[in-house]
Amino acid sequence: MRARLGHLALTAAALAGFAFLFLPIVVIVVFSFNQPVGRFNLVWHSFTLENWLHPFARADINATVWRSLRVAFVSMVAAGVMGTLVALALVRYRFRGGALVNLLLVLPLTTPEIVMGSSLALLFLDRGVERSFWTIAIAHTMFCVSFVAITVKARLRGFDWTLEDAAMDLGAGPWRTFSRITFPLILPGVLAAALLSFSLSIDDFIITFFVAGEGDTTFPLYVFGAFQRELAPQVNVISTALLLLSVGALVASVLYQRARLR
Amino acid sequence: MAERDGGHRRPSRGRWAPYGLLAPGVIWLTLFFLVPLASLARMSLSSKQSRFDFVPSFSWDWANYGDVFSLYGTQLARSFGFALAATVLCLLIGYPLAYWVAVHGGRWRNVLIGLVVVPFFTSFLLRTISWTVLLADNATVVRAARGAGLLGVLRAAGLIDGDRLLDTPLAVIGGLTYNFLPFMILPIYVSLEKIDLRLLDAAADLYASGASTFRRVVFPLSLPGVFAGSLLTFIPASGDFVNAAFLGGTRSRMIGNVVQDRFLVQLDYPGAAAISLLLMAIITSAVLLYARLLGTEELA
Repeated sequence: MRARLGHLALTAAALAGFAFLFLPIVVIVVFSFNQPVGRFNLVWHSFTLENWLHPFARADINATVWRSLRVAFVSMVAAGVMGTLVALALVRYRFRGGALVNLLLVLPLTTPEIVMGSSLALLFLDRGVERSFWTIAIAHTMFCVSFVAITVKARLRGFDWTLEDAAMDLGAGPWRTFSRITFPLILPGVLAAALLSFSLSIDDFIITFFVAGEGDTTFPLYVFGAFQRELAPQVNVISTALLLLSVGALVASVLYQRARLR
Repeated sequence: MAERDGGHRRPSRGRWAPYGLLAPGVIWLTLFFLVPLASLARMSLSSKQSRFDFVPSFSWDWANYGDVFSLYGTQLARSFGFALAATVLCLLIGYPLAYWVAVHGGRWRNVLIGLVVVPFFTSFLLRTISWTVLLADNATVVRAARGAGLLGVLRAAGLIDGDRLLDTPLAVIGGLTYNFLPFMILPIYVSLEKIDLRLLDAAADLYASGASTFRRVVFPLSLPGVFAGSLLTFIPASGDFVNAAFLGGTRSRMIGNVVQDRFLVQLDYPGAAAISLLLMAIITSAVLLYARLLGTEELA
């Protein structure tokens, strides 16, 4: 009896936790159907499909979303390649300075974003670098390299490296061994890390706030400014659409993996 | 691929290859993480030589550090207080959730833990703005709390000021808890998931009660997750300024708001640099102390 009560309490606590996590998201979705009075879409007025019929009605918002997507893509590719190479080196070889490299990877994770943002802004200021799209991409690539390297490293532990030797023994050249054996095997880990870095970049606010140029507003920067000026319902529509897309991608990848396992 | 040079002569293969692989990433992190920190340190010791200087020059001026405590001691203490409160709340909400998914999730485990990540797919700022809707003065939650006399209790505890939830310290702590909760849940889940469930059977066979099994077997094994989760919550929470800007009032400004204001509004670079570095120094010492307390030496 006591055990069952405990189980019930645990289940209730877990469900309450999930409700807490999803409450604001429900608000975002619901308010994408709101017809706001005035400039701020923060008070419920009446139901409308208007916003969903004209999701791209606001050219200024679209430009910021497009910029965010481009930054996220550039930093995903750059950090994906560099981070994977670092992870390969750490898992594959024994060499002097490995512990130091590990420390260098962890440091950006244990440093508050505000410190990284302000220090990068000072560096650009010192060297007379104009803040722009590229300073944002450089900053995002920096913290994404760490995340990618650590994620891929975790996935590569327990990887059977003798497969490479086997391929070489069977006469495969180094490039062929990499492209036919190593790369396909590490690909799932690399993809997961790349997705992580894409989502970190597209949602980053604090660092971007410090390193973005005057005219290079990303979507998060736009939302921050909009909270003081005006909050159009299109912001909610675009966010809901992005949410559906990413959840869809997640579900598709799970289904694909299940199908492959069968 | 440079690392495969001389691939047929095994012994020489591993010599320079790792450094070639490491080079791009390590150089990038050095140029855009370490070097900027040096710029920050330099700037924190600089001062304007005259009122007409636009850029302060390096002068071993330690005064900037002294100013931090006298001017912003309150905000500094408040930041760590809020971050600590949020971390404890995240642990209290996140641990049961992670445990429930890991032990009772069954074949739905992956889907359930996937749900924890879903909030990340919407804008962090927009989710925080949603809380201003949920905590607005005439919102259902707030009216219910007012009706139940809960607001009086919270006011007595010093967590809110008047008859509202928005623009109070409580709202900021709640926002921080919300925003960093997944960072607490995921590492705890990972460490719980690794536990061999047969250990629980073994404990039961040895006449351990449910509570003592948890206390003596499960919890100690999940400590690495608790450690990682606490750091991933506490560190970003203590440097955050978004929650305080959206959900807090004048009495809940955090050190992040001060840095942002000094740096981007007042263009006081030496001051902002000194505060940033001090924040980092305090956090690093706290992390090391915490690691010593829990006996976990490995961070990652």
